[in-house]
Amino acid sequence: MTTRLSINNLGVRYRRDGQEVEALKQVDLDVEAGECLGVIGESGSGKSTLALAIAGLLPGGTKIDGRIAWPGLGHAPLNGRDIGFVFQDPSASLNPVLTVGEQVAEVARTHLALTWREAFGLATDLLSRVRLPDPEAAARAYPHQLSGGQKQRVAIAAAIAARPSLLIADEATSALDTIVQAEIVALIRRLVAEDGMSLLFISHDIALAAQLADRIAVFRHGRLLETGETGELLRSPAHPYTRSLIEASLVSVEGE
Amino acid sequence: MTGPLLVASGLAKRYSRSGRAITALDGISFEINRAETFALVGPSGSGKSTVARLLLRLADADAGDIRFEGRNLLALRGAKLRAVRQRLQMVFQDPLSAFNPRATVGRVLDDPFRIHGLARRDERPGAIEALLVRVGLPPALSRRAIHEISGGQRQRVAIARAIATKPSLIVLDEALSALDVSVRADILDLLVSLQRDQGIAYLFISHDLGVVGRIAHRVAVMQAGVIAETGEARQIIAAPNSPTGKALVAAMPSLAWLASKETE
Amino acid sequence: MIALRRFLRTPEAVAGALILAALLAMALSASWFFPRDPQSIAGPALLRPFQDWTLPLGTDRLGRDVLAGLFHGARTSLAVGLAAAAGAILIGAVVGTLAGFAGGVADEILMRITDAFQTVPGFLLALAFVSVAGPSLATVIVAITLGAWTGPARIARAEVLSIRERDYVAGARVIGMHPLEIVFREILPNALPPVLALSSVIVAAAILTEAALSFLGLGDPNRVTWGGMIAEGRAVLRSAPYLSIIPGVALVLTVLGVYLAGEGLVETSAARRMNA
Repeated sequence: MTTRLSINNLGVRYRRDGQEVEALKQVDLDVEAGECLGVIGESGSGKSTLALAIAGLLPGGTKIDGRIAWPGLGHAPLNGRDIGFVFQDPSASLNPVLTVGEQVAEVARTHLALTWREAFGLATDLLSRVRLPDPEAAARAYPHQLSGGQKQRVAIAAAIAARPSLLIADEATSALDTIVQAEIVALIRRLVAEDGMSLLFISHDIALAAQLADRIAVFRHGRLLETGETGELLRSPAHPYTRSLIEASLVSVEGE
Repeated sequence: MTGPLLVASGLAKRYSRSGRAITALDGISFEINRAETFALVGPSGSGKSTVARLLLRLADADAGDIRFEGRNLLALRGAKLRAVRQRLQMVFQDPLSAFNPRATVGRVLDDPFRIHGLARRDERPGAIEALLVRVGLPPALSRRAIHEISGGQRQRVAIARAIATKPSLIVLDEALSALDVSVRADILDLLVSLQRDQGIAYLFISHDLGVVGRIAHRVAVMQAGVIAETGEARQIIAAPNSPTGKALVAAMPSLAWLASKETE
Repeated sequence: MIALRRFLRTPEAVAGALILAALLAMALSASWFFPRDPQSIAGPALLRPFQDWTLPLGTDRLGRDVLAGLFHGARTSLAVGLAAAAGAILIGAVVGTLAGFAGGVADEILMRITDAFQTVPGFLLALAFVSVAGPSLATVIVAITLGAWTGPARIARAEVLSIRERDYVAGARVIGMHPLEIVFREILPNALPPVLALSSVIVAAAILTEAALSFLGLGDPNRVTWGGMIAEGRAVLRSAPYLSIIPGVALVLTVLGVYLAGEGLVETSAARRMNA
């Protein structure tokens, strides 16, 4: 296996209201090509900061230590081209005044040097790949005409339009109900397998992440507590905190 | 008083959105007994939050009838309605947006005592502290602003506000969905212990059967504004009959396969 | 404290605040530096500035001290600007909040009244009102308020319409709060910041309107005003332009100061909201 992304001793600090907040401390993590890595943590664990750091989306003035290397890429990663990002709230990540097709085509056109006509054709294909019913009509629809689940499918289509080698899904299903959530998880799993992408699936829900992750990394208070192969980690977690997360999920299934 | 605590019959509600009429509720009926947890589960758009809004009189029903503690809830207005609100409370999904952004914890908890005249002015600080302790928060928290405390603490404050007036029914509308998994478990424990101590009934609204299975006695599965099936919680989770019930059970993100792997 | 530091970090805001502080100092110290009636004769007529150090900015056609006029005029400008803006924001916020919260027929009626006021230019309205009610400080303030409250009303209503649907308003109803308490304790304070953001524009416009009314001779005849001084100098504009220019510059600086300070405040509060 080749390493797609290698994070060494990453630390992130930023100032809020005059106080310095240490969002990530000494994080070492590798993502292999074609691997699905589940990043688990509760609010304030630094898991979203990690995603933003990888995508280079941290706000200006943030202090970043350590390094994030992309062996085999040969140049600095480009957002949209090498990294696809799916956010939690699909309504916030889509532009309300552009049609869905235009927004997906825009990504393809920017990064793949296509004409508008080609890009729009590709957008329609992508919308059918994310299983939107009637992709031709969907391409001409505006975001507000779609449901939450459909909007998230569009956001995924836009994220994979330029065939990135890494897809980051940051709580991408948290705003959706459980049935739609299961559909989106299945969709992401299929797309990642088809395109050979690496996936960073960021979630607070270990049970959900376990459904598609090969490996799981557990974060707490800005530190990486442990990583492990999914089945291994769930069966014998090294850290008591991981065990408590697993128990919280198990209990809800058992009933009492 | 005998009989169910709340009886809703034939509730219907239509909204019009950009000229189109949308049926949110299409004649649903259910009962909630004293000290019982009754859950409404369903995908988004199934109308479960509309039920909460009708019960709390935040929206008006187009048709139907709600009897609560023997009174016709939909006929009450003004001061009479405000008085009944002591007995019927609600906890919202997002514990941040459920409070005035300028409020402090103390002010939020002072409101119910002041509005309903439940404690004299000089007794209220003590009553607020007792409430905070009951929901597992330090009494000193009352001086803090709502936006300064954590999401889990906020939801405990929301529960404290809801129990201040000693209600017989609390509507919990996706009250755990915005919380972290570990916080969720603690809040569930708190809700169960409050129910045991004070005999409060809950209407627990959620899209997550996993959480519902931990707290609900009875479950109604909703789909497109109607109730698809009702039954004992365990029975519905074990063997759902309706297509929506089956889909919800299938979508439960579960680590159950882990248990089955271990026994291999 | 953080807000103050952030405010002081923007140079425009500091400039605005300094101008306003100078204006305030002028207004407050007017009767201390110039205890005599500024309308009384202080020296020879049409004395040019910087000739006589007891009358540094010279005198007008009737021999009145220009500097004393400037100081006493600052009082009028500030009093009218602040009072009219406060009145406009108060009326606008209450009308807008009630319309937004009540909805239905009450909303329709209140907003049609707002429309009616808004279609008539504010200056014409003020002109008509002062012509009928007679020129005095109070009528000038009321006249300017009449034309200025519609903007705050519209913004308050739009804000209330969005706040009305928030969970915490539903929460206040659930807890049994009286509707009037919900309006004035839960909704109005949260609807106010964008309305207050308008205040600098309103104060600046009110000061200009007052000057224009005085220029047309519709100001309070018993008070010195900058508009009145500009009008007074117009008759000798060719021979003694300084009589119009000095109060004109004071007016421009004041409006600029109010505006800059207001913008600074808006940016400070916006930055705070972003960080919250």
